[in-house]
Amino acid sequence: MAFLEINSLQKDFGSARVVKDFDLAVEQGEFVSFLGPSGCGKTTVLRMVAGFETPTSGSIHIDGQDMVSLRPNQRNIGMVFQSYALFPNMTVAQNVAFGLRVAGKLKAEIRATVREMLALIKLEELGARYPFQLSGGQQQRVALARALAVKPDVLLLDEPLSALDAKIRVSLREEIRTIQQTLGITTIFVTHDQEEALSISDRIVVMHKGRADQVGTPFEIYNHPATRFVASFVGTINVLNARLLEPEQGIVTLDDGTAIRLGRPLPGSSSDPVALALRPESVALGDGGGGIQLAGQVASVNFLGSVIRLSVRLGENLILLDGFNQPSSPPPKVGETVRLSFDAGALRVLGE
Amino acid sequence: MKGRRFWAWLALILGMIYFALPLIGTLEFSLRMRRGEYSLDAYRVILSDPRFHETFGFSVLMALGTIVLGVLLVVPTAYWVRLRLPRWRPVIEFLTLLPLVIPPIVVVFGYIRLYNTASWLPLTGSVGGTNLLLLFGYTVLALPYMYRAVDTGLRSLDVATLTEAAQSLGAGWITILWRVILPNVLVAILSGAFLTFAIVIGEFVLAALLNRPAFGPFMQLIGANRAYEPAALAVIAFAITWLCMGLIQLVTRFQKHTQIRQRQ
Repeated sequence: MAFLEINSLQKDFGSARVVKDFDLAVEQGEFVSFLGPSGCGKTTVLRMVAGFETPTSGSIHIDGQDMVSLRPNQRNIGMVFQSYALFPNMTVAQNVAFGLRVAGKLKAEIRATVREMLALIKLEELGARYPFQLSGGQQQRVALARALAVKPDVLLLDEPLSALDAKIRVSLREEIRTIQQTLGITTIFVTHDQEEALSISDRIVVMHKGRADQVGTPFEIYNHPATRFVASFVGTINVLNARLLEPEQGIVTLDDGTAIRLGRPLPGSSSDPVALALRPESVALGDGGGGIQLAGQVASVNFLGSVIRLSVRLGENLILLDGFNQPSSPPPKVGETVRLSFDAGALRVLGE
Repeated sequence: MKGRRFWAWLALILGMIYFALPLIGTLEFSLRMRRGEYSLDAYRVILSDPRFHETFGFSVLMALGTIVLGVLLVVPTAYWVRLRLPRWRPVIEFLTLLPLVIPPIVVVFGYIRLYNTASWLPLTGSVGGTNLLLLFGYTVLALPYMYRAVDTGLRSLDVATLTEAAQSLGAGWITILWRVILPNVLVAILSGAFLTFAIVIGEFVLAALLNRPAFGPFMQLIGANRAYEPAALAVIAFAITWLCMGLIQLVTRFQKHTQIRQRQ
């Protein structure tokens, strides 16, 4: 049994089912992100683990112990909120000490732990300040220290970086990851920001309409998206609508009649619709990019500095492709016919 | 522009005269006990009257009791309504406003009917029971002010998230109320408490009909039998009320200060 185990979790709000058949096993010390758009149920799952929501059905176990029957204050879970939720009437040190005082720890022990936690978040000298005297980033670090002070079994982070500005977001997420790895604490991180999830997670759960669409490492999620939703939500991707022509030989046709040979058998029967995913960075301008070569009309040109992003029209399908900027060869113009190529292996067939 | 300012000033001055003139008259009259010169004789008589000490002390005790009972009743209720029963808020608000609509005389007659010596709970049968009844009555009268003050205080907090944060750190309900919610609405509670104090000190109907030696009936008694002393008493009562108002102002200013700093 994994350290944190969630089995067939369901949650209904009135007649709406917001979490459906959710299963997850998290190993001790693992950093797992729940990634998805707002309303996908990721926060609801997190809140059920914390005990703030009661599952309609299903089970949650931490270290073999059933959680559903326990109240939130009996679960030994650390939680960090988007809005920091520091106690305004307490100083930084008192905030960090709160959980320890509630647990009835000795004064000397509390003082030592508070000092250790403030050192961990590098705010040793701000112990006597009140929350309103701190910046957002500092407040969130205090909230993290407060959650960690009680040595929780699991750390839950509910969009902790969303209220912060871009620069602090990046530095704090690296800090969170470092602290998490130092302490080896099992962590669930909820976010709608794919870059955040990709950069700090051991594994990502991509959630969509209350279900876990895919669970995998950032590498797997990005390179081998399991569903059309995952493909479109994580990173930029081209989804080509095609039809199966000869499934056994792996030949599909685009709507303009162009045939593409994938070179591997595909499930389904002839003339079934099929969605193919292709990352923009896998497509090259010209014929040198791989075995599949196509021609189309340039629909738009975006100059992004080091990268140039073109969109090329192929019948109904629009293919985005990224190329590096080379001062010696200016990009094609809108309306020009260009050739593009990619490797058959870069095309992924998407499930629904 | 100038014309408009003139009318504004005129309205203000008229208003001030309307409020201040009777007070000035009362103050002036209270100083004229000694024939032909101003003196503080009336105040000396009042302040040395043992009944003044008794009734004022009784009312102060009652006010403090009302404040404690009101806080114990209102803070958990307002907190719970904000946290778990937001749909009930209009109902609770309506209930807390009822004492403003129902005259105290109706309340006290209801009490006397319900809790008289022939009833199943004969509270009026003993001094302690009657005092308790008076305390409950005062709590009801103070409810609109106390509830409003505390509810406003809670509004400036993210009650739900703070509660969840405290819960995840292992705190139970009593710890959350005592260590997290109460300290953060203390300023609001104080302003509610001063209003309660002012109301209870001057209250007449409940105390008179329950026959308790409170400050209100004493003021009435003096007013019915003496000439200069009631004026002095009125000035004293006003001074107490204003002191409470001043303290509210002081406290709310302090509150705004912290709120502004919190928002930064």
